[in-house]
Amino acid sequence: MQISGAQMVIEALIAEGVETIFGYPGGAIMNVYDEIYKQKTFKHILTRHEQAAIHAAEGYSKASGKVGVAIITSGPGFTNAVTGLADAYMDSIPLVVISGQVPMSLIGTDAFQEIDAIGISRSCTKHNYLVTNAADLPGVLKEAFYIASSGRPGPVHVDIPKDVTAQIAEFDYSIELDLETYKPHTKGNPRQIKKVMEAIANARRPLFYLGGGVINSNAAYEVRELVKKTGIPAVETFMARGVLSHDDELLVSMLGMHGSYAANMAMSETDLVIALGARFDDRVTGKLSEFAKNAGVVHVDIDPASISKLVSADYPIVGDIKNVVCEMLEQSIVIKAEKYEQWRKTIKNFDELHPLAYHDDTENIKPQWVIERVGELLGDSANISTDVGQHQMWSAQFYPFSRPRQFISSGGLGTMGFGFPAAIGVKAASPEKISINFTGDGSILMNCQELMTAVEQKLPVINIILNNNYLGMVRQWQTLFYDKRYSETDLSIQPDFVKLSEAFGGIGYKVATKEEFDIALKDAIEKNIVAFIDVAVERLEDVMPMVPSGGSLYNMMLLEKKEKK
Amino acid sequence: MQDENARRVISVIVVNEASVLSRITDLFSGRGYNITSLTVAPIPNSKYSRLTIVTSGSVRVIEQITKQLHKLIPVLKVYEHADLVEKEMALIKFPVTENITDISTLCAAYNGKIVNASENIIIVMVADEPKRVENFLNLIQRYNPKEIVRSGSVALER
Repeated sequence: MQISGAQMVIEALIAEGVETIFGYPGGAIMNVYDEIYKQKTFKHILTRHEQAAIHAAEGYSKASGKVGVAIITSGPGFTNAVTGLADAYMDSIPLVVISGQVPMSLIGTDAFQEIDAIGISRSCTKHNYLVTNAADLPGVLKEAFYIASSGRPGPVHVDIPKDVTAQIAEFDYSIELDLETYKPHTKGNPRQIKKVMEAIANARRPLFYLGGGVINSNAAYEVRELVKKTGIPAVETFMARGVLSHDDELLVSMLGMHGSYAANMAMSETDLVIALGARFDDRVTGKLSEFAKNAGVVHVDIDPASISKLVSADYPIVGDIKNVVCEMLEQSIVIKAEKYEQWRKTIKNFDELHPLAYHDDTENIKPQWVIERVGELLGDSANISTDVGQHQMWSAQFYPFSRPRQFISSGGLGTMGFGFPAAIGVKAASPEKISINFTGDGSILMNCQELMTAVEQKLPVINIILNNNYLGMVRQWQTLFYDKRYSETDLSIQPDFVKLSEAFGGIGYKVATKEEFDIALKDAIEKNIVAFIDVAVERLEDVMPMVPSGGSLYNMMLLEKKEKK
Repeated sequence: MQDENARRVISVIVVNEASVLSRITDLFSGRGYNITSLTVAPIPNSKYSRLTIVTSGSVRVIEQITKQLHKLIPVLKVYEHADLVEKEMALIKFPVTENITDISTLCAAYNGKIVNASENIIIVMVADEPKRVENFLNLIQRYNPKEIVRSGSVALER
């Protein structure tokens, strides 16, 4: 059929089964927005900033497992979106982001709202396109969805000049994709898998090291089975929280800079690391030369470039985690769970020696208490997003995650301002769950305009602000490594968060005691509108334990033991 | 372990499309890899181009470079050459007042010849292994070359 470029965008989204998109209109993308107005198949959620549109699409994608879609205009619309693209790229989130561009005849003339968008997005997307002819659009959009969601997922950016969206051309979405140069390797080498199973059977202290790739590959339940069958303990990265349930006996919590003592010690003592979809990030490994020093390394990943990038793998397997884990399950008979009894005990002892804990207080609210409390009250019934900083680490440490895709946070890029818009996307994807965003008094201001989106769209995200009047994580580093010189981290001057929320039509609570917190949370859930719960927490609480940047995992700063009051 | 910063030659076959060269060079600059030389031209009768990149780095760095190149969507193949035939061309401009016979003899020894002569200058070309081109360029310094241009390497696996 002969239709305009703008209509093609709509038709392609419909053909891809897209139900919700996020975006912000502007001059160069108006033809597309005109077609959005005319259609009724999918829902468009207007965010109040382009960055938020991308984060919302990320949250939507992470919660649903589908490709997130965002539409923005040229120039500043696009540059505002760059942080979101970079965030999605770092955390391997499948997105298709469509931006308007000035007409072809104006490209290169420094036209109004012109920027070399694909030049900018090249280094923070999996792939990008400048579409110079409407006839190319069906193929490009189909490719964009395929590339975003296959292999190691990631954001794909499609830049479309305004005149191309007006051009009429043939639209046929049934075209077969012919991507000779892009063929992700999804099936692990069976002989190599056999060797891995032998290596595991021969190991005395093997350890699963689970990463975000397990979630991307929808392999969490297969991994749960593999862990159970083999009796091998597992540590999770920040991105993998929820792969194993919090009450799984074999889960040794999170490892890394703010991982548990037991997880980091297990990693330091293991003789065989079995990495599944994890990328040996510096926040995980600490000092590389000391990381799992005496261990063999099995590394399963869909991205060959992740394997042996930082830690060289003795057993590299390129493949989709789900495929490989299913294959491992079939061969798991060679592994005898009893063999690791002593090893499990050793780890248990580590955990008893220095459990993940904090010193609760009867008078002041400890931030960790808030997270534990929400966990107790809501548990599985909530999806948890976070912003970036101390509250983020406490959420990862103390929330009782019970399923994959329950925890949505900015891991790789560490984007403050991610949490609220992401939670809006999460709520749009799974309205049946309560959407909680743990945030800080620093982070929440970085996208607080999204109150308007949440009110308008009736997406009742509950933002729990762990308010310590500090840029807490930076303050913690200043305390520990900068001799308490609190350079620009004191946030004592801040808005009235209750009024701020109310000004947009949301609801706000100011909380100073545990009782007040319970009441506020209950009320916010009942009222079912977007909420800010401003919780005054202990100002100088540190995230512990901690591996100082560049230190070895086995050399942690630990929670100070306190005498019982 | 081989020399930490050994010279390596990598050939990359890419779809000949807009901005594909930027993807490659952005990858090198973004990840802090070196490019010593880079040549690119379309492969006849195909939709592909071939790049020859001379770079340097440890075995691990080169492995990362080839993997990262592979990851780019328009990249079809990446060859990290071990046993290769490698050639480079250079053009050199001399004042006509220099000893043309000497220059001409030297050129001949390096697969070259005089390719242009005018009132004031002569231009010679040589085509040889990069190492030998390097030698040649050192040798001819005494004849006051006015301008030198090197093509960068092209290579084929044996």
